[in-house]
Amino acid sequence: MSARCGDSEPTGSVTATPPRTELRTDARTLDLAKPGFGSTSGPIVRFENVGLRYGAGREVLSDITFKLHPGRFYFLTGASGAGKSTLLRLLYLAQQPSRGAITMFGEDAASLSRARRPDLRRRIGVVFQDFRLVPHLTVFDNVALPLRLAGVAEEELAGPVTDMIEWVGLTGAIDQRPSTLSGGEQQRVAIARAVITRPELLVADEPTGNVDPQMAVRLLYLFSSMNKLGTTVVLATHDTSLMHRQPDAAVLRLERGRLVDPTGMIRNPPERKRGP
Amino acid sequence: MILTRKEQARLFAREGFGRVRGLFAPRAASAPLLSHKAVAGPVPWVIAIMTALTVVAAAGGLALASIARTAQADLAGGITVQIAGPAAGEADRQARAALAVLSGAEGVASTRRLGAGEREDLLRPWLGDATLRTGASGEDDLLVMPELIEVRLSGASDPAAVDRVRTLLAKAAPDASASADMDWLGPLREAISALQWLAVALVALLVSATTAAVLLASRSALTANRETIEIMHLLGAHDLQVARMFQRSAALSAAAGGAAGFAVAEATILVLAGKFAALGPGSSAAGLRWFDWVVLVLIPVAGVGLAAVTARLTVLATLRRMP
Repeated sequence: MSARCGDSEPTGSVTATPPRTELRTDARTLDLAKPGFGSTSGPIVRFENVGLRYGAGREVLSDITFKLHPGRFYFLTGASGAGKSTLLRLLYLAQQPSRGAITMFGEDAASLSRARRPDLRRRIGVVFQDFRLVPHLTVFDNVALPLRLAGVAEEELAGPVTDMIEWVGLTGAIDQRPSTLSGGEQQRVAIARAVITRPELLVADEPTGNVDPQMAVRLLYLFSSMNKLGTTVVLATHDTSLMHRQPDAAVLRLERGRLVDPTGMIRNPPERKRGP
Repeated sequence: MILTRKEQARLFAREGFGRVRGLFAPRAASAPLLSHKAVAGPVPWVIAIMTALTVVAAAGGLALASIARTAQADLAGGITVQIAGPAAGEADRQARAALAVLSGAEGVASTRRLGAGEREDLLRPWLGDATLRTGASGEDDLLVMPELIEVRLSGASDPAAVDRVRTLLAKAAPDASASADMDWLGPLREAISALQWLAVALVALLVSATTAAVLLASRSALTANRETIEIMHLLGAHDLQVARMFQRSAALSAAAGGAAGFAVAEATILVLAGKFAALGPGSSAAGLRWFDWVVLVLIPVAGVGLAAVTARLTVLATLRRMP
């Protein structure tokens, strides 16, 4: 993978490298240093003519066709109401399409049984715009939640979770509850929770929407760090300044529920066509 | 990304420390994932009341069964021969003749003629001391007490056995009548049976009410924790994982309620046992055998299981409707 960060490393309390951890679960060993475990060699996500409508209303997403390749960084952009969040909901399997085919990690996600869906979801990390932290749990427990759901033994949690919290610069807040944290801090907890299992695909819905520009850059740096370790990142935003900081990223642009740059070529043309 | 040797060493040290720290000081969750006491609220109280009523109803049913069993054991194989009608002398003669005939008869285990004192004791509650004294003194011959003979058969006192006894007595004691002791137990047995069915119906109703209470509480808890459940799902939780949490919460609530309810019920049973014991032997709830007590103890245990299963099925059914 040839991704590189567009800017110098931001100063702040985030540490340089996401922690590498290996966790034993009851089902199998997750080598989190290898984010592509079980991954396919081709695109990890494939949308073909996907449409979505609620009830009998008009389609909020129409004819969406694109592929996501492993280890790449994607921005999903578009005006408010263009369907970014809805598309992300399809990506993190919170929604089923009304038509079309969605293939994720080689499996037909559109017709996936309810029992099989959690296994696929565990390969996807999600950062929500509104954080969606569990309010009565501490920072530690929020970050540990995906590991606990994956069946990681309690005695093996403390190290990786503490390291991850340290990585996002929140060691001092480890025992605090989300309500006592600022928006930026809560977003960092959400990021730590999303990446603690080292997902193959990381989906973030306007993660910088509620934070100041300086914090936005720091958050982007966290996503960039994950991407450098091989995680495919899809980050929804309409912050163009942020997109300029990640020049190698492809851009998927939505307009009124349709993808107008499904290959990212407009924003990210092939290497040979670049240059003066 | 390529790490420098220094970075690798630092990372290794940090990871190693974290792992060792985790091994020696595993960190317990700061709070249950679902908001505290997910399936709680009034549920423990409802289950306590239901358990208490169920245990008392079941104890009543079991005690009645015990009483019926005891009475049947006492009366099975018993026949009472009564010689009423003739004058005292003739009655005495027929009684002795009846005893002679019955004593060596096939199928008769034992015979016993009730003495005058015993017969007076039987009649005293109805006639009173004064009447009995008058009759016994011979000043007034209006009251002639019937002769009574208890016959214990080696087999059951079925109609054929009673007919055989009647045939034997026909010549020796023509004024004698014989009746199986079980005959008078028939209406009592029917009454006890009806009460037992009532107890069963009551238990069934209470089980239904408990199920409904847990079902409603589970649904309410699901609504209250919907946000957390959605997050769990999106993080890869299986429905069974979520259901297990509600199941555990329901089981704990039911255990607390069941224990309290059983304690109240046991106290009630012991108090009632004392009251019934005062009525005389054979009428107390001490008629409950150890096996009956095991059944009673199993009621709150079954309540815990019922609550857990109800919560699990309710939650799974509701989750299936969630995205």
